[in-house]
Amino acid sequence: MSSIRSTGRKGSLSSALPEFLKGRADAQPARPPAQRRRAEPLSTGSEWSFDLIARYDREIARVAERYGLDTYPNQVEIISAEQMMDAYASNGMPIGYYHWSFGKRFLATQQVYKRGAMGLAYEIVINSNPCIAYLLEENTMPMQALVIAHACYGHNSFFKGNYLFRTWTQSDAIVDYLLFSKQYIIECERRYGEEEVERTLDACHALATFGVDRYKRPPKRTLAQERLRLKEREEHLQTQVNELWRTLPHRADDEPEQSEVRFPPEPQENLLYFLEKHAPMLEPWQREIARIVRKLAQYFYPQRQTQVMNEGWATFWHYTIMQTMYDEGLLADSFLLEVLHSHTNVLTQPGFDSQYYSGINPYALGFAMYRDLRRICESPTDEDRQWFPDIAGSDWLKTLDFAMRNFKDESFIQQFLSPQVIRDFHLFCLIDDDDLPNLRIGAIHNDEGYRLVRESLARQYSLAEREPNIQIVNVDVGGDRSMTLRHFRQDRRPLAPMYKDVLRHLAYLWGFTVRLETANEDGSIEPTHECKVDKRRRGEPVLAAALRTLG
Amino acid sequence: MTDVIDRRENPRHKSAVNAQRFLKRYRAQVREAVARAISGRKIAEADRDASVSIPARDLNEPVFQHGAGGRREVVLPGNKEYVTGDEIQRPPSGGGGQGSGASDDGEGEDAFRFRLSREEFLDFFFEDMALPDLVKTQLAAIPHHKRIRAGYRTDGTPSNLAVVRTMRESLARRIAFAGPHAARLREIEEALDELGGEEADRNDPRVAALLEEQAELRARVAKIPFIDTFDLRFRNRVTQPMPIAQAVMFCVMDVSGSMDESRKDLAKRFFILLHLFLKRHYERIEIVFIRHHTTAKVVDEEEFFHSTETGGTVVSSAIALTIEEITERFPLDQWNIYVAQASDGDNWEGDSPRCLDLLVNRLLPMVQYFTYVEITTGEPQNLWVHYEQARAAKPNMALGRIRDRTDIYPVLRELFAKKEKVAA
Repeated sequence: MSSIRSTGRKGSLSSALPEFLKGRADAQPARPPAQRRRAEPLSTGSEWSFDLIARYDREIARVAERYGLDTYPNQVEIISAEQMMDAYASNGMPIGYYHWSFGKRFLATQQVYKRGAMGLAYEIVINSNPCIAYLLEENTMPMQALVIAHACYGHNSFFKGNYLFRTWTQSDAIVDYLLFSKQYIIECERRYGEEEVERTLDACHALATFGVDRYKRPPKRTLAQERLRLKEREEHLQTQVNELWRTLPHRADDEPEQSEVRFPPEPQENLLYFLEKHAPMLEPWQREIARIVRKLAQYFYPQRQTQVMNEGWATFWHYTIMQTMYDEGLLADSFLLEVLHSHTNVLTQPGFDSQYYSGINPYALGFAMYRDLRRICESPTDEDRQWFPDIAGSDWLKTLDFAMRNFKDESFIQQFLSPQVIRDFHLFCLIDDDDLPNLRIGAIHNDEGYRLVRESLARQYSLAEREPNIQIVNVDVGGDRSMTLRHFRQDRRPLAPMYKDVLRHLAYLWGFTVRLETANEDGSIEPTHECKVDKRRRGEPVLAAALRTLG
Repeated sequence: MTDVIDRRENPRHKSAVNAQRFLKRYRAQVREAVARAISGRKIAEADRDASVSIPARDLNEPVFQHGAGGRREVVLPGNKEYVTGDEIQRPPSGGGGQGSGASDDGEGEDAFRFRLSREEFLDFFFEDMALPDLVKTQLAAIPHHKRIRAGYRTDGTPSNLAVVRTMRESLARRIAFAGPHAARLREIEEALDELGGEEADRNDPRVAALLEEQAELRARVAKIPFIDTFDLRFRNRVTQPMPIAQAVMFCVMDVSGSMDESRKDLAKRFFILLHLFLKRHYERIEIVFIRHHTTAKVVDEEEFFHSTETGGTVVSSAIALTIEEITERFPLDQWNIYVAQASDGDNWEGDSPRCLDLLVNRLLPMVQYFTYVEITTGEPQNLWVHYEQARAAKPNMALGRIRDRTDIYPVLRELFAKKEKVAA
């Protein structure tokens, strides 16, 4: 396997269908072979009905339970195409506060959909308890069954089991929190005007990806507690801020000590959190809005890091569940063929040089990895024993469950991407260095390359790698109150030019000058950009804050 | 464990508020896009939904991201011939090697395309023309049908209940259901009379049997409901197309050199507005385009708006041609005729009296309405003076001097008011 030219393999996915059909015969040695054609098929036509959906769901639930999938209760909602477009625009959430950016997304979706350039998703599923899944009414019965297995048992069990979701999201509380945030923002618009609220939201959205606590574990709270704490928090926050920005003159003997204080004591990576807590000019309601945006960003934080794992898991299970049901005779032949047709469509992975290439398909990669894990457990080769001594030949259900629970994309790939999958996908690593005249191939799927490709691909899914590292390093507390951010460059990569717009938003929230500096890899630091704030805008709140301090 | 809920009847358009906010935020850009769309459209097609586009860079949502440059590794699928260490020429558009020189507007040049519904589109179109709200809603409505009475039906809303009909049904049903019983009751009574009438012996088994049957039948008759669900009759209404009427609209425009693009744009808006108005009242509308300088010619819409010629101006040629067209192609008993003329007011000095004559004596008696706009900022020219005389003679004529879009509606105001009164 040292040269690709000799392999003569086809692309991994063009071979998916035959394997699929073959897979039926040798798929389940872990349990007694099912008697084929034992039962009558549940249905034969393509029309669905509520009664049929309930019957399929019962059977799917039974099979899922047998495989040990632990899920939240399901809430399946049948919706129309228009409603699906609404759901798209709001990241799939059933409720959302009003903002123009959701409108933009909606109009864009509508445009491509009406032109016929894009089909709608067959389903959207929400990490909540109960787990809400939207099914499109246009789906045929086989599609509905596929989608129920995929979303209501695949994704659902992932939401419930994966450590990132367990740590960072509160599936019991999310729908309530969305409702709370919508109402709160409507109330703000009523009191302070749509424009001002929109301005604040725009600014917070720009920083949303920098509004996540990466290392601290958030406490759990319910809606009632949330409401109760709201007022308390508003008042408390303001007094804290006022303390920091006390405008009364200090006594003379305080002075030298004060100027020595460095604030923040340590660099802060959660920019939005820092602004919420310490920005001198924000009104209490603006702090609450920052908090809402931060909380929602945090809710989506696990999803951004588990795309491959999550989609792969759901795809693996809809495949396995459908196969099992077919073996039991519950699905008609035509039914399975339609399921397989959609399944292979979803798993298409065009090569990098195809005109249809748009990145690595997380469904395809994730599915291939889980399937390969199962293969390693069930019929390991010498290579597998060498690469995965701990899991080769182990109980596949336990191994997959472990893999699903304790990893994110980055570590999942680092841990489980096997040479077999690298070969099937013909993965290779390309190095683009602007100091060199040409692009270089760093590694391919051969013995020397497997580890390099695996590491490189894992890094590709790491958030720390995907997003620039920007931290708040200093605030001039005693002086002009300016804030300094530092961009720690990695691999000499610059920021995309729109960083200036982000800084403008940041300066709006901060209320004073904001500076950005760049830390190069050799340790040198150079100023990059400065964003000043229009002084007229901030006259009034300063006075208000000062008065509050005096009072 | 699983709840299946049918949400299809839930409100759609959940995103409507957000979409409105988007349109509001980018009002200026959308308005420009609508103006562009209008200039590319035919008059008769002005009120359609439209796909418009605005520059994507105006509406990006900025976030901190890596830019191009530096060193990066990427893992790709589908390797065919590469081996480790191969070097590949950088693709030209890949944008390598521009480390620090990336410009501010170096990205997001794409256009953001989206669809405006017919209502939204018209809203933007009307926006800067200062139309009264009432007129806007009237123009935006599509009243091609009216509802008329059409007999009765068995279901409907209580307010449509036809009481007399319902009672008639009820009576018929009661008669029909009680009929056999009534006949039998009469027989029983006759039999009882034979057996002694009131004094009959109640212990006589025959009498007892008859009495029992009589009581049972009476109870049955009493059980027939006075009114039942299937007696109910409701007045039925159906929608029917409005009576068919047709109109022809003559667009007359001066295309001498002094009519520049902005004037033509104003003229076009004027024509569109009139067309929208006519569309409300007529099933079918023909449009005839007549352009003129020293001579007049019937042309298609493309040529009408987009080609210029130089030369003098003889307005009467156009009016004469309009009259000719009407007499040849549009019999007065079959067509409602509207004429809309736009010009910059220039006319050959000796021609204006002839225009007045043609108008007052020939054209105006034939047409429903004649509107004239003079697109100018200067002093009124001789044509205006003569048209004012015509206006004094005939009431079915409106004229206006317009400088910008807000001046267009007032010219048509009288026409709109009149027609709405007739329609009401």
